[in-house]
Amino acid sequence: MQELALALGQLFNGLSVGSILLLVGLGLALSFGLMRVINMAHGELLMVGGYLAYLVHASMPGALSPVVALVVGFWGAGLLGALLEWLVIRHLYGRPLDTLLATWGVGLLLQQAARNLFGPTGVEVTAPTWLQGAFTVNHGMLAALSLPHVRFFVLAVSAAVLLGLWALLYGTRLGLYVRSVNQDREVSSTLGIPTPWVDRAVFALGAGLAGAGGAALALVSPVTPTVGQSYIVDAFLVVILGGVGSLLGTALASALVGVLSSALQVFTSVSFSKVLLLVSVVAFLQIRPKGLIWVRSRTLEEGSHG
Amino acid sequence: MDRVGKSVLLAGLFAAPWVLSPYDLSLVGRFLALALPSLGVMWVWGYAGVLSLGQGVFFGLGGYALAMHLKVVGLPGGELPDFMVWNGLTTLPWWWAPFRSAFFSLLMVVLLPAASATALGFLLFRRRVTGVYVSLITQALALAFSTLLISQQGLTGGFNGLTDFTTFLGADVTSADFHRVLYWVTAALVASVVLGTRWVLGTDFGRLLLAMREAENRVRFLGYDPAPCKVAAFATSAVLAGAGGALFTLHVGVVSPAQVGVVPSIEMVIWAALGGRTNPVGVVAATVVGNLVKDRISSALPDAWLYLAGLLFIATVLAGPALGRWRTRLRGRPTSLRPEQEVAYVR
Repeated sequence: MQELALALGQLFNGLSVGSILLLVGLGLALSFGLMRVINMAHGELLMVGGYLAYLVHASMPGALSPVVALVVGFWGAGLLGALLEWLVIRHLYGRPLDTLLATWGVGLLLQQAARNLFGPTGVEVTAPTWLQGAFTVNHGMLAALSLPHVRFFVLAVSAAVLLGLWALLYGTRLGLYVRSVNQDREVSSTLGIPTPWVDRAVFALGAGLAGAGGAALALVSPVTPTVGQSYIVDAFLVVILGGVGSLLGTALASALVGVLSSALQVFTSVSFSKVLLLVSVVAFLQIRPKGLIWVRSRTLEEGSHG
Repeated sequence: MDRVGKSVLLAGLFAAPWVLSPYDLSLVGRFLALALPSLGVMWVWGYAGVLSLGQGVFFGLGGYALAMHLKVVGLPGGELPDFMVWNGLTTLPWWWAPFRSAFFSLLMVVLLPAASATALGFLLFRRRVTGVYVSLITQALALAFSTLLISQQGLTGGFNGLTDFTTFLGADVTSADFHRVLYWVTAALVASVVLGTRWVLGTDFGRLLLAMREAENRVRFLGYDPAPCKVAAFATSAVLAGAGGALFTLHVGVVSPAQVGVVPSIEMVIWAALGGRTNPVGVVAATVVGNLVKDRISSALPDAWLYLAGLLFIATVLAGPALGRWRTRLRGRPTSLRPEQEVAYVR
């Protein structure tokens, strides 16, 4: 049963691509749900996380380096995100389309900086021995199935992040603030919730998640100055599919996009699978224009002011 | 701008071939061709309030439609364009065949962008998909289109695109005379779009479009359906982008995926933003001057251009409202119809 093994392997690859998309998409979905801001430089924060991971792996190779890289990637990209919010984004609240363009500019700056610092070709990270190798099946129904350990690690990281985020949003004071501002910004503000700080914290958190995603990504593929660009468009599709600011929707959508695009690649080429993916998203929006999961609201105008 | 200023500008535009060197003329000509897609962005973003990040697709449809004609025209019957031979094709694909006719190709330059924008616009706007959703979907479209072009090397020329053109409508496309005429055609088209814009804005369609941008739901409550209006603006912008793509292809002598992807699509938007978004003369000036600056800087210091481009994006957007207020104070009245400016004026 060569086909079954191939199909399962492809499904597994799809899930691991989806788990990177999840780490990127969660940050986008959080800041879009809360502030109606789409951060075009989000892919570059993934790249920053990847390069930080490269530096960690190069300076302290060892069994623990992937874990340290995750922490460094998270905090490095998170601090950069906080800075970005303070310098640029906070001046643009209420102008979502303008934010797209300004953050695109930020992305260009970061890409060029990476090109000058690390060179245009990209860097690679070697995983420690406990992550090398693969889970393989040698006989029976699933002979030739091979599941690399690093991909399990990436899956585990994004599952842990999703759980942690859920605990943060539903178990802490900050999470309560975030959900409150998400529901009604004005009322939250009159109740004494420091909304500008909630915005900044959420934006930085989203950036940090992208950074952690970059650190995980570095284990499975090379980090280049344009690595963010190759993930960001799919991550946008994840946010659209998932529904505004819904964690569960984002998780479902990223698994769906990851699996769907690797499944399509079995039947057609990579480029055709991109086209088909886009066609399916547009077709899906015909049935559910607001994504998989959305919060019902009586508000008439919802973040549509350009 | 007053009547005298406008006349001087128009006269200067048409006298340029006698003043500028052939090299500078070809630069200005191709940048005027790039002003057409930016004017398209002005329509769809400035007037309809829909930010499309996929205008490069329509630019490419126009450019490729014409380039396909230029590749097959003048070929003896049965012979294939050079890149198809290199890729091992033996017969001309059926959908290439009609492009032997110049008339058909010129029709397609207009029809392909118009039809695809109408179809996509209808799907999105009828389901009330708005704001950043539209921007992100159109951006994904630009990415998909350019990857598709690159992957189908035998049919589209792949990464290198289509180049090495010889004749168009019986004229040698490399001759100086051809380029002078091409410049005039481009300039005339840009000028008529700029002049036509004011007229269209005064019609019922124009008023409805602006009203819809300001308060879509109120327009809906008054009994109008915003969707066809938005589709019309989107299709207009697509046709402008397609025409620009076709002219740019003639000016430069090549069309390639590098001109239709995510990055060029966003560049079209930034020139429109720099030009004031709703001011046609400003948009044309911003595109031409901006591209001249880009040309000079990126040939001297390639790295510096990307840093400068990044800063330009941020500064244009951050300074936008402040610039509008300043302009209003300077003239004592709003020069365009942006909401911030109107609010500033009323205050």
